[in-house]
Amino acid sequence: MDYDLQPLILTFKLAALTTLILCLIGIPFAYWMAFTRVRIKPVLETLVSMPLVLPPSVLGFYLLLAFSPQSAFGHFVETYIGIKLAFSFAGLVVASVIFSFPFMVHPVQSGFQALPRSLTEAACTLGKSRWQTFVHVLLPNIKPGLLAGVVLSFAHTIGEFGVVMMIGGNLPGETKVAAIAIYDEVESLNYAAANFYALVLFSVCFVILLTVYLINRKLLMKIG
Amino acid sequence: MIEIDITKKLFSAQGEFTLALQLSIEQGEFISLFGQSGAGKTTLLRCLAGLEKPDGGTIKVNGETWFDSRVATMLPARHRRAGYMFQDYALFPNMTVRGNLEFALRPEGDRKRVAELIEMMGLGELQQRKPDTLSGGQKQRVALARALAAEPKLLLLDEPFSALDHTTRVRLQDEVMRMQRHYGLTTVMVSHDISEVYKLSQRVLVIEHGRIAKQGTPAEVFKAGQANGKFSFAGEVLDIETADVVFAVTLLVGNQVVRVIATADEVKSIKQGDRVMLMSKAFNPVLVAVGSL
Repeated sequence: MDYDLQPLILTFKLAALTTLILCLIGIPFAYWMAFTRVRIKPVLETLVSMPLVLPPSVLGFYLLLAFSPQSAFGHFVETYIGIKLAFSFAGLVVASVIFSFPFMVHPVQSGFQALPRSLTEAACTLGKSRWQTFVHVLLPNIKPGLLAGVVLSFAHTIGEFGVVMMIGGNLPGETKVAAIAIYDEVESLNYAAANFYALVLFSVCFVILLTVYLINRKLLMKIG
Repeated sequence: MIEIDITKKLFSAQGEFTLALQLSIEQGEFISLFGQSGAGKTTLLRCLAGLEKPDGGTIKVNGETWFDSRVATMLPARHRRAGYMFQDYALFPNMTVRGNLEFALRPEGDRKRVAELIEMMGLGELQQRKPDTLSGGQKQRVALARALAAEPKLLLLDEPFSALDHTTRVRLQDEVMRMQRHYGLTTVMVSHDISEVYKLSQRVLVIEHGRIAKQGTPAEVFKAGQANGKFSFAGEVLDIETADVVFAVTLLVGNQVVRVIATADEVKSIKQGDRVMLMSKAFNPVLVAVGSL
């Protein structure tokens, strides 16, 4: 059969990198959102949730405009940072981070909000800094939320199609992820290859989600 | 020496009122804040801990300014070294009992202090357990030990015994008293339990609607007007039975059911479910020591 593993490897590389970046920016952002009292919080919450409801093509379309070297943003990134965003792997990562942002932020933010305020206050009266409280008290107590955030971001990035289609195109080894490859193979009536990619994605997502549910049940049983 | 002079607007079910308190606390003193819920006791405690900000006034501790609205100074809670015992204990669920205590140690703190507190508070058996597996009384002991591990200069107790059964409560009151003496800690406790206030504190402030309504030693505050050889309890009538010429009335006093004899005259004015005062002259009381409760 004439299929290769490249689209799958690319898919998992994209998902892993996206999840890593989301951990670094999504978790602090969720913390800030959970406790901030700024007036524009509802606006920010709406913006974060937009990828949940917008057709991926809308997001993809605007990102394509923004990434184009003719736009101010695309031009700036290409000249000063030296990264070409349109039709490149780097562009896919940026788009995936935006697209999966709510999947990281929502569970983590609810985790933080569900913690009793007295935990933070207790750490405070014990002389601990914000950072110490965050690392030693808050994060370890929202493990189910963190797990959900990481897994959902990862799985959602694997399942991304519309955005990649709009801004990534179909460049082998660069932007041709498994979801696109399936479409491609079906178009050329190569059902065996399509089935191979589809089956791998199906199995991986099934195993990941099952693991989460099993772990969460264990965590819940331990608490309850 | 702690000098407090603060005001803060509070919102309660009865509407808005202003907390306006002026008091000073001596080094090593045990003070109780007594009064109804919503009178502002906990707010004062939280202002002392730095968890809440008064609207105006000053808080000075041993000459150091913790809060001064005129120069916009507010020392953050983490620099105050005020040990605070929360009503829900606020133990860190991810750490063991020992872990909770070790986390509380100051950076320059001595790890021996943890061992010492575990020993003194009888937590040896529990030290590897997680808070979720502890009973209320055990959690409370850990919370006290943890507050003490941070070497506080001031101990703040927010209704520390309210969620405990009677026996555990009495034992923990002794514990708190012993620790307070041992470390010579200035302590402020919020409570609405008279016996607890009586037992532990040197001075009581009765707070009503954000003001100090009365203050003095527990004896002065609670005995005033009652030290006339009579005692009285509020109770509820559960049942009235006829027994020959007298009546037997069953009452609920506190959480004890008692049966007393009443005359026809007395029974005329009461019925089942009424709130009554049960009074007795003190010339023939029966006093029995209850041992080491």
